[in-house]
Amino acid sequence: MKVYLDHNATTPLDAKVLAAMLPYLTERFGNASSLHAWGQEARQAMEAARTTVARALGSRDKDTIVFTGGGTEADNLALVGVALAQQAHGRHLIVSSVEHHAVLHAAAFLGRQGFEVTRLPVDAEGLLDPEAVRQAIRPDTVLVSLMHGNNETGVLFPVAAIGRICRERRVTLHCDAVQSYGKLPLDVEALQVDLLSVSAHKIHGPKGVGALYIRRGTRMQPLLHGGAQERSRRAGTENVAGAVGLAAATTLALQDQAAAAERMAELRDRLEQGLLAAALGAVRNGHPTQRLPHTSNLAFPGLEAESLILALDLQGIAVSSGAACSSGALEPSHVLAAMGQPRHRAESAIRFSLGRGSTAEEIDRVLEVLPPLVARMRRLHSGGHAVSGQGAAAPGRPRPEAESGPEGPPGTPEPRAA
Amino acid sequence: MTRDHHLEGLTVVAMSGGVDSAVAAALLVRQGVPAVGVTLRVWPSQRPVDPGERFDSCCSPAAVDDARAVAAALGIRHYVLNYEAEFDREVVQYFTDAYLAGETPNPCVACNARLKFGSLLNRARGWGATRVATGHYARIARDPASGRLLLRRAADPRKDQSYFLYSLSQAQLGAALFPVGHLPKEETRRIAAELGLAVAGKPDSQEVCFAPKDYRPYLRQRAGAGITPGVIRDTAGTVRGQHQGLALYTVGQRRGLGLGNPRPLYVIDLDPATNEVVVGEDRDLWTRTVWVEALNWIAVPTLEAPRRVLAKIRYAQEAAAAVVAPAGGGGVSLTFDAPQRAVAPGQVAAFYDAADPDLLVGGGTIRRQTAAPDQGA
Repeated sequence: MKVYLDHNATTPLDAKVLAAMLPYLTERFGNASSLHAWGQEARQAMEAARTTVARALGSRDKDTIVFTGGGTEADNLALVGVALAQQAHGRHLIVSSVEHHAVLHAAAFLGRQGFEVTRLPVDAEGLLDPEAVRQAIRPDTVLVSLMHGNNETGVLFPVAAIGRICRERRVTLHCDAVQSYGKLPLDVEALQVDLLSVSAHKIHGPKGVGALYIRRGTRMQPLLHGGAQERSRRAGTENVAGAVGLAAATTLALQDQAAAAERMAELRDRLEQGLLAAALGAVRNGHPTQRLPHTSNLAFPGLEAESLILALDLQGIAVSSGAACSSGALEPSHVLAAMGQPRHRAESAIRFSLGRGSTAEEIDRVLEVLPPLVARMRRLHSGGHAVSGQGAAAPGRPRPEAESGPEGPPGTPEPRAA
Repeated sequence: MTRDHHLEGLTVVAMSGGVDSAVAAALLVRQGVPAVGVTLRVWPSQRPVDPGERFDSCCSPAAVDDARAVAAALGIRHYVLNYEAEFDREVVQYFTDAYLAGETPNPCVACNARLKFGSLLNRARGWGATRVATGHYARIARDPASGRLLLRRAADPRKDQSYFLYSLSQAQLGAALFPVGHLPKEETRRIAAELGLAVAGKPDSQEVCFAPKDYRPYLRQRAGAGITPGVIRDTAGTVRGQHQGLALYTVGQRRGLGLGNPRPLYVIDLDPATNEVVVGEDRDLWTRTVWVEALNWIAVPTLEAPRRVLAKIRYAQEAAAAVVAPAGGGGVSLTFDAPQRAVAPGQVAAFYDAADPDLLVGGGTIRRQTAAPDQGA
């Protein structure tokens, strides 16, 4: 039995989405900017898709939506576009320390161009105090960029409260809602955001397409220069099939949104409670309730996430250690570090992310496979290098102590800091 | 507990990106052994590479890509494991410490014992695997009489790497597989070419993987503060010059001493206690008796009486006839029939059976003899 629990990395394309896209990859191939019938057909599909995405975000104005090449481009357009357009007014930005790299690295890029970036801390549960935003805003602040739901822990930020503060202080607010889009209701009026990023492939749409909501009147500059597509906010021939795919995925997600969220939360809790109850020394990362319905982040102190993920993969179960972009590099998670976790605990954290197609059987399969696997790895780990030869090849040096055993209750002081 | 049926007998192949481990994986796949490939990433993924330096030795970023491509061609899974911290701690630090102490280290031995057949084997067991295979040229056999696992030289004497594996325990040997150990190198390349593996023509790696060509610049960069200049003396005790730090010299070295002398002078000793380099003439480099510690015995449980062996005190050398004898303090003395040149403390001494020269009896680390120096030939 194969079990895919890495939906925050990406999701399978829904067959209905593919069916909606296919005509625009084949017979309806027109360039949406062309005058002729072929172009008009494509243009119509493009604008219908724009309307769908706008409505999904509570915007009555379809022209608030700019299609992009994905969530990362949407984030970059928001940060760099606003910073460049408003730099005469000020050169200060505010982000949180747990943003996706698409925001953090775009902010760092601006930092190298002479902007000043404040990175707001989060608490041990990953929460952000909206008052911290108020205090961080300065006269020269031009942009606040904070995420809706965290990709690693699922923790939700109080965006509406932050929106009120930013509106009061007349600072542009961007929200990276890539993980929340389609899973939780999002309304740009209720949230009072000026910019909001979404992506298609996290909700069973195609990779390589996303969108940025841009409130009317927001001063921005484009990143890509060329033709006048997307009302001169994003040059380049329109990805019609991609936009249609994003819209189709959106429609499907909204149809079933509340029920799917409830189902996923129930399965997620079943998984989490099962693992927390199995005496594996597992600890939850992030606030227990203020989070996305489909994400669970658990640490197994003393074990290595890398090894656990690999062992699960050999059993046909896909999970991850955090952002997929970080896997392979396997740098310890900046999100968990910002929550004040020591490196070795952060390195033991696994992210389970469910999809709307996840089943109870899949969860039970994980509950069947993971506990004995963790027990075996703990046994081998506490044995340390038991297989090493007695004749060390080199002068013996003390080895680092074995890390906390399976009995170590959550919250006990960690034995090593290195 | 559920049994992992499809993992029964799973073998983890340590794939360096080179041709030997690629063929090792291919042979296992051909035999129907369930296998997954892993590559230990021992460097930061964004290690700035000196543009002038051809850094594609074992485990470099390019090598990781090669290993991945081979695994894909063989249809097996492949994982890149982050061994950055562990490699630094278990191999690079040992390498550095050894040089700072005036010894000549053997990082490949440490990497085999501590990483490939140490922590990797341990991890593999955690995943449910039972064995670790590598592309080493050596053979494992069981002694029917004693039941011990034996390590034998590779079928191809030019490629034999048993020297680097002398420190494996019986448990490690029991979990190790060397699928190319019985092949001549040409055969390995032929199989690689036959399978269409892109690495078939890759040159053999010969150097320390993290310090290609010359280790000195690397050592300076890593341990510059620990490298202290001192004096160079000759065998008569006369100061002959200044050295730049013990770590930058090796026993037998002639070049780079900057000493004027009618006859060539060589480094004959590095004394960490006084931080002195001792130089002498060629005849001062020859010795018959070598002190060996940190022993590991493979063919026998331990050495109880003096035994005639064929001993190697560096990798690229023919084994020479000697007697290895137990001595106090957990060490052994190794006395060669004929004097040996430039014995470097820190290097491995590997003992092969005098009657069965392919059989590795055991080995250890050569240590500087402080009690009773035996420089005479």
